[in-house]
Amino acid sequence: MNHTIALAGNPNSGKTTMFNQLTGSAQYVGNWPGVTVEKKEGRLKSDKESIIQDLPGIYSLSPYTLEEVVSRTYLIEQRPEAIINVIDASNLERNLYLTTQLAELGVPMVLALNMMDTVKKRGQSINKEKLGRMLGCDAVFTAAVHAEGMEEVAQKAKEAATSGRLPKTASFSSPVENALQRISALIQDAADETYLRWLSIKLFERDEKVMSGLDFSETAKNQLEAIIAECEAAMDDDSESIITSERYQYIAGIMGECVQKGREQLTAVSDRIDTVVTNRILALPIFAFVMWLVYFISMATVGTMGTDWVNDVLFADIVAGTVDAVLGALGISGMLASLIQDGIVAGAGAVLGFLPQMMVLFFCLAILEDCGYMARIAFIMDRMFRRFGLSGKSFIPMLVAIGCGVPGVMASRTIENERDRKLTIMTTTFMPCGAKLPIIALIAGALFDGSPAVAASAYFVGIAAIVCSGIILKKMKTFAGEPAPFVMELPAYHIPSGRNVLLHMWDKAKSFVRRAGVIILPATILVWFLSTFSWSLSTVEDTADSILASVGNLIAPLFAPLGWGDWQSAVAAFTGLIAKENVVGTFGVLFEYAGELSEDGTEIWSTLAAAFTPAAGYSFLVFNLLCAPCFAAIGAIKREMGSAKWTMIAVGYQCLLAYVAAMWVYQFGRLLSGEGFSTGTAVAATTLLGFLYLLLRPAQSCEKKQLCRAGKVSEAR
Amino acid sequence: MKTLKDSNPGDRVSVVKLHGQGATKRRIMDMGITKGVQIFVRKVAPLGDPVQVTVRNYELSLRKADAEMIEIQ
Repeated sequence: MNHTIALAGNPNSGKTTMFNQLTGSAQYVGNWPGVTVEKKEGRLKSDKESIIQDLPGIYSLSPYTLEEVVSRTYLIEQRPEAIINVIDASNLERNLYLTTQLAELGVPMVLALNMMDTVKKRGQSINKEKLGRMLGCDAVFTAAVHAEGMEEVAQKAKEAATSGRLPKTASFSSPVENALQRISALIQDAADETYLRWLSIKLFERDEKVMSGLDFSETAKNQLEAIIAECEAAMDDDSESIITSERYQYIAGIMGECVQKGREQLTAVSDRIDTVVTNRILALPIFAFVMWLVYFISMATVGTMGTDWVNDVLFADIVAGTVDAVLGALGISGMLASLIQDGIVAGAGAVLGFLPQMMVLFFCLAILEDCGYMARIAFIMDRMFRRFGLSGKSFIPMLVAIGCGVPGVMASRTIENERDRKLTIMTTTFMPCGAKLPIIALIAGALFDGSPAVAASAYFVGIAAIVCSGIILKKMKTFAGEPAPFVMELPAYHIPSGRNVLLHMWDKAKSFVRRAGVIILPATILVWFLSTFSWSLSTVEDTADSILASVGNLIAPLFAPLGWGDWQSAVAAFTGLIAKENVVGTFGVLFEYAGELSEDGTEIWSTLAAAFTPAAGYSFLVFNLLCAPCFAAIGAIKREMGSAKWTMIAVGYQCLLAYVAAMWVYQFGRLLSGEGFSTGTAVAATTLLGFLYLLLRPAQSCEKKQLCRAGKVSEAR
Repeated sequence: MKTLKDSNPGDRVSVVKLHGQGATKRRIMDMGITKGVQIFVRKVAPLGDPVQVTVRNYELSLRKADAEMIEIQ
C-alpha cells in the first residue's frame, strides 16, 4: 500500500537520524515553496511505495516562526495519512507539548519514543501502553542511532494510516473547555468535523493566520471576542498563555501516570562536561582551542592536502593532460580545444578544488553539531555578537569563511532567525578567505616590502567591515527591531553517530557542487569568451585587443577615484569574480609577463610598484577584500538567501562598501602624502561622514520594550 | 517585582507570571516556562549573558533581556 507519512518532532529529538534510518539513502532534498526552510522527502526502505515527508524540527505549532507555519500548513492542507511523532523520551515532558498540538490536527499518529537507551541508562521507565492509551495512539520504543525499533515504527504508522484512528486531544480545565465549546458552536457549520477542535483552539488563541482563513461576519467576530475576553478575565491571563499552561498541566497528569522517575533527574555526564566546557574561566580558551583545531584540520592540514592535490595534480596534470590527449586524438584543436580546456575544465576545477577542504570542514562541523557543542558555542558567544546586531550563532560562518566563503555562507543555515541569518550571509564573506591571500601577498610584496602588517591589517579590515555592517544594517528598517528572542535548548551531549556525520557531510558537499557548479561553469565560459575574442568575433593574440579589455577600459574610469583607473586593474578585479586568486594571475597576463607566475606574483612586483602608489595599492587590496566574492560564493549566497533580490542586495552592498572604503584609503592616503585637497578628497570626506552618521545614529526609537515587542508580533504575522 | 533576571546561579525559583506579549512570550512558554513551574538557575555564560536554567528536566538558555519578562518568587 502506498502511504504518505509525515515525520514531526522537536529539534534534537533524533528526527533526522530516524529519517535517515527509515529511508536509507533515497532522499530528495529541496526547499518548501517560497521559503528557505529545507524540505526532505524519502521512500520507506522496507516499502518503496510509501513516502516519508520530513518536517522541520519544531517546538510548537504557533504562528510565529517560519518552520512552524510551514509544518502546520503542510499537515492541514496536504493531509498526510499518518504522522510519526518523534519524541526525545529522555525529555518527555517538553516533547509531549508538541504532541498535544499534533493530536488536534485530525491526522492518525504514532509516537516514536526515541533515545530509549538514554532513558534506561538513567534508570527511568516509561509505560508505553498506558501512554498510548491516554493519547489514543500507538507508542513504540526506538533508538534511531542504533537503528532499533525502526521496522515497528514504520509498521505502526502504516497501520494507523489504514485504520484512520485519530489520537485523543488534550482536555483542559472547565472554564476553557466551556469557552472552546461555545466557539465550536459558533463555527461548526463552516468547519470540517476533524478540524473543529483545532480551529476552536486557534480561534481562542486569536491566531490571525487561522482567523484570516475563515469567512467571519462582524457579529460572529464580536461574539468570539466576547467569549475569549470572558475566559481571560476569569483566568487572569491572555488566551494564548492560558492554552499553553493548560497543555503543560495536561502533560503533567500524563507524566505522573506513565513515567517512573529514575535515580537521577538529569544526565549527570552531560552536566559534568558542561561544568568544564561552559565554565566561566575555561569556556573561552576551550572554545578557541576547538576552533583552532577545526581550522587546523580542514584548512591547514588534511583539507588543504586534498585541495592542493585536486588543483595541482588532478586538474593541472591528470585531467588537463587527459583532455589534451583526447582532444589531440580526436583532432580537435584551436578554439574548441581552448573552450574545453580554459573554459570548462578550468571552471570545473574551480568548483571541485574547494571540495576536499569543504568536506573535511563539514565533517568537523557535523561532529560539533551532532555532539551538542554547537549550541554551547552560541551560548558562549552570544553576548559578544549581540553587541553588533548578530547572534551567537553567527560566529561559525565567519570562522569558516577564513578558509572559504562558500562553506561559510552555507554554515549560516543553523541560524533560525531570518533577519540574523540574512545579516550573517551578507557580512560573512568580508573575512579574507584563503584565495585572497595571494592578493595580500602581492600588494604587501610589491608595495610594502612584504610587511606582515599588511596581512594582519587585512583581517582587521574584514572584521571591522563585519562589525560596522552589523551595526549599520541593524539600524536599517528591514533589519530593525528587538533582537530575536534567544531561547535555546542546550541538548545533552552525546557521542555523534558516524553514519549521521557522514550523511550530513555528503548532503552539504553534494548541494555545493550542484548549486555552485550551475553558476561557476557558465561564468568561466563567459570570461573565457570575453578574453579570447574581439568585438569582430575573431580570436585575439593579445588580451589587450579582447572584448574584456575594451569592457575594462569602459569601466576603468569608475575606479579612478580609487587610484587604479587603468584597464588592467579593472579587469584583474573583475576576473576575481571567478576565483580571487585569479587576480594575481590576470595581472601577470596583462602586464605581459611571459613566464610562469608564482603564487604571490614575485615576478611582477617591480612592474606593479611602478604602476601603483602605496595608497592606490592598498586601496586595490581593500576593494578586492570587501567587494563581491567569487561566483561560487555568490552562488552560495543565492542558495541561502533563497531569493535573487536578496542576493543582489547582498552583493550590491558589498560592492558599495568596498568602493567607498577603497576610496577613503586612496583619497586620505593622497592627502597624507601631501598631495593636497581635491574634489576626490571632498567626496571621500562626505561619504565618510555619511558612513559615520549611519554607524553612530541612534537606533530606531523603542522607548518601551513592550511596545517594540508588540510591533514585532504584528510584523511576524 | 522579582524577575528571573535578578536570580543568581544556584537559585531554585518558581514562576509567578509571564509579562510581555506576542512571539517572545509564546516562545518562552512553548519551551515550558509557564505559571507555577520550578526553575533551577544553573549558570551564567562566561561573558555575563545569557543564563542557563533547568526547567522540566532539560537545559534551556535565555538572554537576560528575555528573563526579565519572567516574574518569580
